[in-house]
Amino acid sequence: MNRDLPRWADWGLIPALNLALAFAVSGLVMLAVGESPLEAVYWIWVGAVGDGSAIYPHGESIGQTLYFTTYFIFTGLAVAVAFHCGLFNIGGEGQAYIGGLGVGLVCLYLDFLPFILILPAAILAGALFGGAWAFVPGYLQAKRGSHIVITTIMFNFIASSLMIYLLVNVLIEPGQQSPASRAFAEHARMPTIQDAFGWTGIDLGLSDLNLSFLWAIAACVFVWVFIWHTRWGYEIRTVGQNERAAVYAGISPARNIILAMVVSGALAGFVGLNAVMGDHHRLLRDFVLGYGFAGIAVSLMGRNHPVGVVLAALLFGALYQGGFVLDVEMDNVTRELVVVVQGLVILFAGALEHMFRPTIARWFARPAAAAVP
Amino acid sequence: MSIDAEPVPGTAAGGTGGASAPPAIALIGIDKRFGTVHANRDVSVDIARGTVHGIVGENGAGKSTLMSILYGFYQADRGEIRVNGQPCRIGRPEDALAAGIGMVHQHFMLVDPFTVLENVLLGREGGARLSGGLADARATLERLAREHALEVDLDTPVGALPVGLQQRVEILKALYRGAEILILDEPTGVLTPQEADHLFHILRSLRDQGRTIVLITHKLREIMAITDAVTVMRRGAVVATVPTAETDRDALAELMVGRKVLLRVDKTPAKPGPVLLDVAGLSVADGRGAARVKEVSFQVRRGEILAIAGVSGNGQSELMAAIAGIRHPTAGRLAIAGRPIARTADAHDTRRLGIAHVPEDRQREGLVTSFEANECAILGYHDDPAYNGPVLMHHRAIVADCVAKMQDYDVRPCNAHLPGGNFSGGNQQKLIVAREIERDPDLLIVGQPTRGVDIGAIEFIHQRLIALRDRGKAILLVSVELDEVMSLADRILVMFDGRIVGEIAAADADERTLGLMMAGIAPEAPPPGRPPAPLAKSA
Repeated sequence: MNRDLPRWADWGLIPALNLALAFAVSGLVMLAVGESPLEAVYWIWVGAVGDGSAIYPHGESIGQTLYFTTYFIFTGLAVAVAFHCGLFNIGGEGQAYIGGLGVGLVCLYLDFLPFILILPAAILAGALFGGAWAFVPGYLQAKRGSHIVITTIMFNFIASSLMIYLLVNVLIEPGQQSPASRAFAEHARMPTIQDAFGWTGIDLGLSDLNLSFLWAIAACVFVWVFIWHTRWGYEIRTVGQNERAAVYAGISPARNIILAMVVSGALAGFVGLNAVMGDHHRLLRDFVLGYGFAGIAVSLMGRNHPVGVVLAALLFGALYQGGFVLDVEMDNVTRELVVVVQGLVILFAGALEHMFRPTIARWFARPAAAAVP
Repeated sequence: MSIDAEPVPGTAAGGTGGASAPPAIALIGIDKRFGTVHANRDVSVDIARGTVHGIVGENGAGKSTLMSILYGFYQADRGEIRVNGQPCRIGRPEDALAAGIGMVHQHFMLVDPFTVLENVLLGREGGARLSGGLADARATLERLAREHALEVDLDTPVGALPVGLQQRVEILKALYRGAEILILDEPTGVLTPQEADHLFHILRSLRDQGRTIVLITHKLREIMAITDAVTVMRRGAVVATVPTAETDRDALAELMVGRKVLLRVDKTPAKPGPVLLDVAGLSVADGRGAARVKEVSFQVRRGEILAIAGVSGNGQSELMAAIAGIRHPTAGRLAIAGRPIARTADAHDTRRLGIAHVPEDRQREGLVTSFEANECAILGYHDDPAYNGPVLMHHRAIVADCVAKMQDYDVRPCNAHLPGGNFSGGNQQKLIVAREIERDPDLLIVGQPTRGVDIGAIEFIHQRLIALRDRGKAILLVSVELDEVMSLADRILVMFDGRIVGEIAAADADERTLGLMMAGIAPEAPPPGRPPAPLAKSA
């Protein structure tokens, strides 16, 4: 991506610096509310990997961290695929929400089928619904020049309103006050890793980690192959890097913009597998807790590469899970403060990603110049 | 280097600088690196006051870097700059202006909707109210224009002026700011030969008044025509500084490349075969809907190189884009080997019809600079079955194919995994030419094949084009370099304002005739015995 920096600095040093700064500022916030930053770090750590005690067993904590990681892998990959086509997909939030709707509809209305058929149908529905939600902004960008950032943001709001309408008026469980569907049938739920692989002796306790995690890893492999080893990925990258060269080569920018957005939306739509089918087991409001927005930071930090996305997703998964424990264990730390810390990481790793870059690039340029005899 | 004896301040010498006067500019031991690229190696040049000093070198020889250091865009890692004998720190372009150094950029730095006067005033507005500054500027500019034949209408918006006049505005801007030393970066790239001659006339007039001109160019003809002294650069270092009177084009070319080069193209007469490309009444509009090609008709035969000459911006680019399928024509018909090309055909369709295309702008169109060479080498042919399985691309076949092309076309370094942007201009071009010629197309469209390409690569590319022609293929060449057009083409069409204004066999073409046609002045054969009628003033 950048030629002014060695690879290790681009992939390692800069994300580490951004993260350190985010933590430093978070530390100041902790001090301001009268808590020890070191203690906060301790509890985030305990939350993410456990301390072996009965309350925070290692297996369950790690399972829960990986459960959140699953979300960030999907949304991070979604942002990355769009990014390779030069598109900034801010709509992961809405695409995940609508993708979840597709998954939920399959689980609600196709539950006469056995699980072995519900699973592929749910995967397909998540991809279709998420992809369709991204198709419209993609089409508007490709054919009408409406800016993708604006349209995808707007589609987040539309998705939110649409879901509330459906939950309140259509899908609500009869006789209930809360806008949520009925619970899915047992065989229409995503098995947890514990249930599926308990026989191997692993102990993930009661964590929500489910088979969606394996699908997320498969999605990483798919994105890697798709972007770098197929002609469709080649075309998408050409359009993203140099649209004039694409036209020169007979590659249609419009077609590839739409394709990249649909694939991106489909990946975001898989969030529904983890949230709706794997965790809540019903359709409800706001099951996408900012995963779509965090996906932007995950993708940027992971340099739009599946391996980087997995690493950055692990970090965000740990922060989310650690954040819950922080909230419980420290008196002056509220849920809102945890969101502030997460927000700071997104801010420094995402929005301010390029803050240190010029300075660091100069450091690397200088020794080379000084080495002249 | 700073303990030198204080130079005696010499009086400004008219004509060529006197031996006792300090040089207008002395660059001493300038060294600059960008990462691993050593752009300037211990460069020392003296530029005498009151002279036109040329700096020549191939692309990437370091001339632009050197001038950017002098103008304050970059800082040298080491070395010293002296202006009129005084050590001078130039950290920003403002410092250069304060030291009396002005620059005319290759790409003009003008605000199109502003008038000439307003443009010249930019950065020198002088107070909150413009009126006082404007009146002063008008008086000064009118005097400058009179003295140096730099007439421009001060109240015309710059965007409405032809490029030759826009360039004058740039020169006026520099003079208005008190530039005693003027740097011009490839100033003739966008001019007709007549406009270039007028520019040289202006430059001579400025020199005769004691100003110093630094001319950066890759055209040896211009060096010989106007400079008093010339510095040759190669790979970041100065290889020679010689008085122009004591050298010639061949010697300079040899200095630039480091070996003997062939400036003329060796070729046998063309053996034109049947018509391959038939263009009939073709009209093409640009992105804003303005007609750029107007009812153009011509044919290209197998076994010939047809060149389209013209000042850039007269519709050649749009014509090429239409034939290559990049831009859809608004009217007219295209046919290749008797088969019509649909008006909605894209570049993918035209490639399947046997049309290959080496684009004018290789950096932004011909390749993707962030892609590895092997990925650049399949651009446009990436869906070829040879490179693809049902799903996956055959990476190994693609790389092997690229390496073979790189060896065959002497692309250096021969590394198929290096990003395209890391190759020099000449090597990028060789890679693109290899990609297009090796598909064995029936028609090759070539735009500016040797723009910004070093002399060694020019020779090579020309030979390959002629070899393609001799295999019975047709070549449509678009170039603004008249030397190239005249030596490479078999037949020349001249385009002006979107129309073909003349056709001439290459054997009968000379620079003057072509230049007049390029300026839109129809070449009416003068009646025998009379000299050509006086010509309209160049635009």
